Amino acid sequence: MTSIADIGAELDTPRADLPAGEQAARLLELGEGVLEHWARARELEPTDEEREGFRLLALHRQGAKGEPSFNACRETCRELAYHYNLVCSDAAHPEVAKRLEMMRLVAMHLYLFVSGKMQVDQLGEFCCASKPLRLAAQT
Amino acid sequence: MAKTTVYQKVAYYPGCALEGTGHAYNRSTKEVGKALGLELDEVKNWNCCGAMEVKNIDPKIQTYLSSRVMSIAANEMGHDVVMAPCNGCYHNLKKAEYDLEKDEESKQVVDRISKKAGHKTYEAGQVETIHALDWIKGAIGEDGLRERVKNSLNGLKIANYYGCMYTRPRHIFPEKDQGPGSESTSQPHFMDDLLEAAGAENVDFPLKTACCGGAHTLSDSDTSTLLVLNILRAAEASGAEVIATECPTCHSGLEMHQVRAEKKYGYESNVKILYFTQLLGMALGVKPKQVGVHENVSDSMSLLKEKGIA
Repeated sequence: MTSIADIGAELDTPRADLPAGEQAARLLELGEGVLEHWARARELEPTDEEREGFRLLALHRQGAKGEPSFNACRETCRELAYHYNLVCSDAAHPEVAKRLEMMRLVAMHLYLFVSGKMQVDQLGEFCCASKPLRLAAQT
Repeated sequence: MAKTTVYQKVAYYPGCALEGTGHAYNRSTKEVGKALGLELDEVKNWNCCGAMEVKNIDPKIQTYLSSRVMSIAANEMGHDVVMAPCNGCYHNLKKAEYDLEKDEESKQVVDRISKKAGHKTYEAGQVETIHALDWIKGAIGEDGLRERVKNSLNGLKIANYYGCMYTRPRHIFPEKDQGPGSESTSQPHFMDDLLEAAGAENVDFPLKTACCGGAHTLSDSDTSTLLVLNILRAAEASGAEVIATECPTCHSGLEMHQVRAEKKYGYESNVKILYFTQLLGMALGVKPKQVGVHENVSDSMSLLKEKGIA
């Protein structure tokens, strides 16, 4: 599992050398990775289910269960899915680079929101594994 | 006549932020009302809505505080509509309304404190709480606005930023997502509609309801700065020259962290930040100073002059 910090670093470095469809798929995967961290930090097994054809949306739903404030990133997840569709439906579109950049910024927002929330909730400053370590240290 | 068509005179609840950092929002809201011939009757002796601070400690006290504002508007001033331009206040009054309709314990707590405080207990349904966007959209509408525009925003590219409290959580906004004409919680558009009617060009902006980090602006400034920086970058990548706001917390956060982002991360952004009421006010012929453009941290005067708006 890619660490949350590595996800942030990868989002900071656009991979313009890859074909548009692959870039979009990777951005979507990074978004899922962010939500997997949130699930694990809350001691849940990240779901493999899909919602409206996207695992990302199922992961968001899982993360928001019992945590209504997590819905503040619901539209960000939906925008990420929308941009994935937008890029993949016409990878040769003249504005594909702009669309990919927007998708990257949307994914970045998801990363910043969730990683910030994890810090505020003390669910892991560097990675989700820190919570069990901290709890073990407290006992 | 349905309430949504009679917002000509409403109880006005500015809330604490509009007397401080959001002062320009307060004055521009009043100026827009004046220019459109709409009357704002400020709630007498209003109090804090409970904001985040009280809500985090005791949500029932927040429900009471918000209910007191609605009680004064309804029982002492005879209003059936309260307009709150601040997303935080709007959200809290809506939440109180929901709690008082659905939760017996909230009702009992509010009744007990209201009696102690010596005012009538607010009862769910006495007032309808609306946002400044609902107010202008309902009372004037896009066509009415188009007829009144004296100074078109033509050529101004705007990213409309609604923030996260205007539409969330969905269940406290039963009037939204009701089909054509109603506001959408997933893709809000009222600000887009009004500014477009005033001549502006709205850009596709994917972060219109994304978090600005407002609640953590002091406790975790770095995260807030990075969130804002990302919003600024996305707005610029969308081709926007201006981010229009409708929440004093978002507005202050965008402005402050725009400055901080430049200092801390060396990212200089040119996008300007203005309240939608400032933009509408200028479109209606009100001078920039009257809508408080000079009070903004974000200096938009040269852009407004270049576009022929100021």
